[in-house]
Amino acid sequence: MEQDESRQRGMHRRDFLRGAALGLAGLALPLDRADASFWEAFFQKHFREMNDEEIKQVISRLEKEYAQKFKKQIEIGADKPIPGVLYGYGLDLSRCIGCRRCVYGCVAENNQSIDPQIHWITVLRFRKGEKWVDLENSEKYYSPEKVPEEEYFYMPVQCQQCENPPCVRACPTQATWKEPDGIVVIDYNWCIGCRYCMAACPYGARRFNWGAPNRPEEKINPKTHYLGNRPRYRGVVEKCTFCIQRTRKDPGRYPACVEACPVGARKFGNLLDPNSEIRYAIEHKRVFRLKEDLNTSPKFYYFFAYGR
Amino acid sequence: MRTLGISGIGLFCFFSLLLVSSPAVPIEHEVHKKFLVPPPPFSEGIFPCSQCHQGMPVNRTPRKLEMMHQDIVLNHMPGGWCFDCHNPDNRDTLRLANGKIVTFEESYNLCGQCHGTILREWKAGLHGKRTGMWNGEKQYLLCVHCHWPHDPVFKAITPMPPPVRPSDIK
Ligand code: HEC
Ligand code: HEC
Ligand code: HEC
Ligand code: HEC
Repeated sequence: MEQDESRQRGMHRRDFLRGAALGLAGLALPLDRADASFWEAFFQKHFREMNDEEIKQVISRLEKEYAQKFKKQIEIGADKPIPGVLYGYGLDLSRCIGCRRCVYGCVAENNQSIDPQIHWITVLRFRKGEKWVDLENSEKYYSPEKVPEEEYFYMPVQCQQCENPPCVRACPTQATWKEPDGIVVIDYNWCIGCRYCMAACPYGARRFNWGAPNRPEEKINPKTHYLGNRPRYRGVVEKCTFCIQRTRKDPGRYPACVEACPVGARKFGNLLDPNSEIRYAIEHKRVFRLKEDLNTSPKFYYFFAYGR
Repeated sequence: MRTLGISGIGLFCFFSLLLVSSPAVPIEHEVHKKFLVPPPPFSEGIFPCSQCHQGMPVNRTPRKLEMMHQDIVLNHMPGGWCFDCHNPDNRDTLRLANGKIVTFEESYNLCGQCHGTILREWKAGLHGKRTGMWNGEKQYLLCVHCHWPHDPVFKAITPMPPPVRPSDIK
């Protein structure tokens, strides 16, 4: 619990504001907490309303908190969207062998909690030839000796980065929103953990920190982004951000899951660039997106490059 | 295939918006462009091949190898033999059907003779895998990083552990 400082401050602030609305301001004020850092956290503005200077201050405050907590320097970036870039992702289901290298590549890059376990990517297994069942009824605990298995195919699912994200609409505190480059992000210092976004997500792509996230210090990736893989708190929601800390650079590395995939089933790039591999996939293969009837317009495209 | 029964598969209307103003697909540049690749995945100590083959007589008879390379048993292109790919005159290189010599860093051109469509998609980044920068310099894994050329079927591997079930949590 003591590691949840910043987040508790966030909670206090919002309790306070709620209290203020009811005319009870004095009651909610934690008068014993008078240090400067507390009040800075208390009055932190919404991320999108902060100017560069304010963002820098917030980041240096958080970096200090992380350094104390993890005994290690953690660098928090705040790279802005690259103009002219709309990120898109492709997944070739005719190649995927269900090996879960992507799942663990993601965990390591994005500082997911190991115990309690959080995975941003879930790999689903379906029997070939059968009508596809809904995502909820597929098998995700499969564990054969070797993959692929003759009679199955596999479908990894993670945040689909919807153009029209229902999770964003569901959030009562605007702690989650869609950036101009299409990435749906979460501000862990604004999230109040109500989990409405999780209920709203048709893809089951959001994860909740029921307990304090737990990851050995030596395994923490110190290269982070404020809206991405920086350490999270108990009681906040998290999910895939297309590796915002890597991909929002020019030049920027491919997402960790793309790198981890041994069969090259994962494709990533700029939807606005006609020469990108994702555009090649969309123009040359019959792509589809999950639950298209919901009009969420994911920027995550599935396809079968080769007939099955 | 393609009886995709999953709920809600349809045409992607969102993307068509983006395409309105874009010109036709660019023409493939088949001319000999070199691609950045990681080092070929040779077994330790085997390269350069000339350390043994220089001066060694060339034996063109298809046979089971017994003195060396015993692990190489061809299971690819029925009726083929070593010199459909390797250069008998200089073992450190490969040789195309038209006599052109290519290095091991360009073995994709060898494969592309018979797998042209795949080579085209490999160049576009679709087949196989590129690493590096999504908006900058990329490296292409060679075909042989994933397909052992002598028996090229992609080999099954052990999966990483499944997620813990909610019921496993104490
Ligand atoms: C389909 C074309 C093809 C055929 C046929 C072929 N090879 Fe190869 N071989 C290759 C390529 C390409 C490589 C390079 C692999 C790499 O880059 O590591 C290679 C690599 C090798 C190596 C190095 C292996 C290692 O352990 O690193 C040996 C030895 C070899 N071939 C011997 C043979 C012999 C002997 C035959 C005939 C029985 C043969 N090859 C047939 C394409 C072929
Ligand atoms: C340590 C020595 C050694 C090295 C290194 C070596 N070879 Fe060989 N190679 C041999 C011997 C010995 C034979 C004959 C095997 C037999 O007849 O059973 C042979 C046979 C072959 C043959 C069958 C045709 C022929 O001429 O007999 C090919 C093809 C071949 N080697 C390719 C390669 C390639 C390609 C490499 C490098 C990637 C390589 N070898 C490296 C020793 C070597
Ligand atoms: C001379 C023509 C030729 C060349 C050169 C060639 N192949 Fe093939 N390849 C074939 C043929 C023919 C088949 C189908 C044979 C079969 O089904 O057994 C095949 C099949 C394959 C398969 C599918 C195997 C399977 O059963 O699913 C792979 C993968 C493959 N080749 C990779 C390569 C790679 C990598 C190279 C370059 C090192 C290469 N090929 C070079 C002719 C060629
Ligand atoms: C990142 C790994 C990777 C690379 C690099 C790669 N492939 Fe493949 N390739 C695969 C996988 C995985 C399959 C599917 C295997 C399967 O279904 O058994 C495949 C399938 C194939 C097949 C079988 C036909 C088919 O459509 O299933 C051929 C032929 C082939 N590859 C040739 C090539 C050639 C030629 C290159 C280089 C230009 C290449 N591959 C590069 C991973 C790779």
